[in-house]
Amino acid sequence: MKTERIKTDILIIGGGTAGCYAAVTAAENSDKQILICEKAHVRRSGCLAAGVNALNAYITEGRTPRDYADYCMNDAAGIAREDLLLTMSERLNAVTERLEKEGLVILKDEHGKYVTRGNRNIKINGENIKPLLAGMAERQPNVSILNRVNIIDIDVADDRVNGAFGIGIENGTFYVIEASAVLIATGGAAGLYKPNDPGFSRHKMWYCPFNTGAGYAMGIRHGAEMTTFEMRFIALRCKDTIAPTGTLAQGVGAKQINSLGEVYEQKYGLTTSERVYGTVAENAAGRGPCFLQTKGITKEQEQSLLKAYLNMAPSQTLHWTESGELPSEYNVEIEGTEPYIVGGHTASGFWVDTDRATTIKGLYAAGDVSGGAPQKYVTGALAEGEIAALAMLNYLGNAVRGSISEESISAHEKEISVSLGNSGSPYTAEQLEEAMQTVMDSYAGGIKTNYRFSEKSLGIADRRIVQLQALSDRLHADDMQELMHIYELRERLTVCRTVIAHLKARHETRWHCFAENTDYPERDDERWNVFVNSRFVNGETEIILRRVSGS
Amino acid sequence: MSIEIDKLKCIGCGKCRDVCPGTLIALDSDRRAYIKYPRDCWGCTSCIKECPVYAIRFFLGADMGGMGSRMHTEMNGDILDWLIEKPDGETVKISVDTRESNKY
Repeated sequence: MKTERIKTDILIIGGGTAGCYAAVTAAENSDKQILICEKAHVRRSGCLAAGVNALNAYITEGRTPRDYADYCMNDAAGIAREDLLLTMSERLNAVTERLEKEGLVILKDEHGKYVTRGNRNIKINGENIKPLLAGMAERQPNVSILNRVNIIDIDVADDRVNGAFGIGIENGTFYVIEASAVLIATGGAAGLYKPNDPGFSRHKMWYCPFNTGAGYAMGIRHGAEMTTFEMRFIALRCKDTIAPTGTLAQGVGAKQINSLGEVYEQKYGLTTSERVYGTVAENAAGRGPCFLQTKGITKEQEQSLLKAYLNMAPSQTLHWTESGELPSEYNVEIEGTEPYIVGGHTASGFWVDTDRATTIKGLYAAGDVSGGAPQKYVTGALAEGEIAALAMLNYLGNAVRGSISEESISAHEKEISVSLGNSGSPYTAEQLEEAMQTVMDSYAGGIKTNYRFSEKSLGIADRRIVQLQALSDRLHADDMQELMHIYELRERLTVCRTVIAHLKARHETRWHCFAENTDYPERDDERWNVFVNSRFVNGETEIILRRVSGS
Repeated sequence: MSIEIDKLKCIGCGKCRDVCPGTLIALDSDRRAYIKYPRDCWGCTSCIKECPVYAIRFFLGADMGGMGSRMHTEMNGDILDWLIEKPDGETVKISVDTRESNKY
């Protein structure tokens, strides 16, 4: 195995939405050396691979950043950070204008103003949004990009980050990267729970299946404080294709109806979790399946929908076309997805300050990996990338470049060679991943139990996940790509343990479905209007309760 | 959800392999692309948009209601054409003007 040592000022782990924009911001505001490590290729990696058909976080005319923050606080039933939401919201419109300048097509009216969809959304053609962002980063002279380099760990000594270790999945190289500041922008975690269609189409899921919670796992492993992992995200989607429903609900005003044709959404409430909960409840009461009522829309609306989905979720257009069940004639069946951990939609992630600095010195987090600020969506992730980049430049003023100890290097080298040399495990990473998903589905509130769990079931889940962790140590990899799959499994298992500990800690049900605790089925504002945070210390998850500001 | 690559059309340029966000495509010993992990495809269609000779098709898995149609894209100036070939031979074309925003 060849070893390559690199020194840089800023290391960005993950070249997705937040990572690319952070690199551009840092490059345009300094002459510092910036390195992006991306496990796939920045051109289409991360959540925006297929595109996106609206920008969901924008301050429309007559509204203020405070309004946006209030909306997010309300949707999260109070468990979110106002300071983070405000600092993010203040930048939403500027990053949008920047993207437009770079070539993003945004719908405008005859006065040149953006056409809005509801109070917070604007309409775009976002099929090419990721190549556009990647191109912006690639053009910066002081940004280097290592594609197909998977970061397996960060190096932390005395609570300060010194850099990271990576594996080149095509060239077989072991990378030792020393940096003065590190940004984690690895996205959230998909694939923890058994997906809707676990067979051939197992990756037809809502969230990017290649986001495995790597950043969370690295932070957890090194004792960073994490927040709100119990606020899982479950999306309400079109059945099977797992395509977005907002385009139908907000675009053509389709209501959620049950199999009797009754509109049920008002009955359960309109927050994100309540929309999912209503659908689960109607199914449980024998009034399923549930649909979005599109029947009766015009042929012109239908044509626009077919095109809109091609720019984000082409499988929906393919499904409509090949089945002949077009939305003007057939209502669209909906279902809840499996749960994800994703800080751009709910509030799970690193506990950060308004600079997006984590509790480890020199380590920053932006986008889905960063906690406390839900409903970031694309523009919020860009805003956080920008905030973190500027804060890192400021931090670099006084920082000395980290130096990674020889002991740490050889420990990581050894870990890799053990996995490449292992033999005798009867299991593969894929088998253990499926076992993990079955455990989480059955005992930690997956689709199987209508997202419900109890203290007892969580106890079983934790025991099983610990067993799977031990089995994952003995897996064998033939090459670096297989080794990456083993690391991805280990990352997911680490995140699962933290999710279980958080679900166990919150003794109430604040958000239906997202955290539906059968031992504590009611919301309890007296005791639980607090953040559940945690730190992983000496092999155990230590729970820390923190006040919500203003409470 | 997955893709199939026509080996006879493939020219071995490797663009699909490079762009795949899951690193799921590889080149065989004849430098022809193939999908190494068919179950792990997200259906993003990035590879299809990169292929200069239109050798890649994507389809819906039978487990999610797929009916055997194959889809690919062709870029014609500013127009991105999506072509859906149905099993009975009919082809449906949906053209998206990349200069125009979605209506919804």
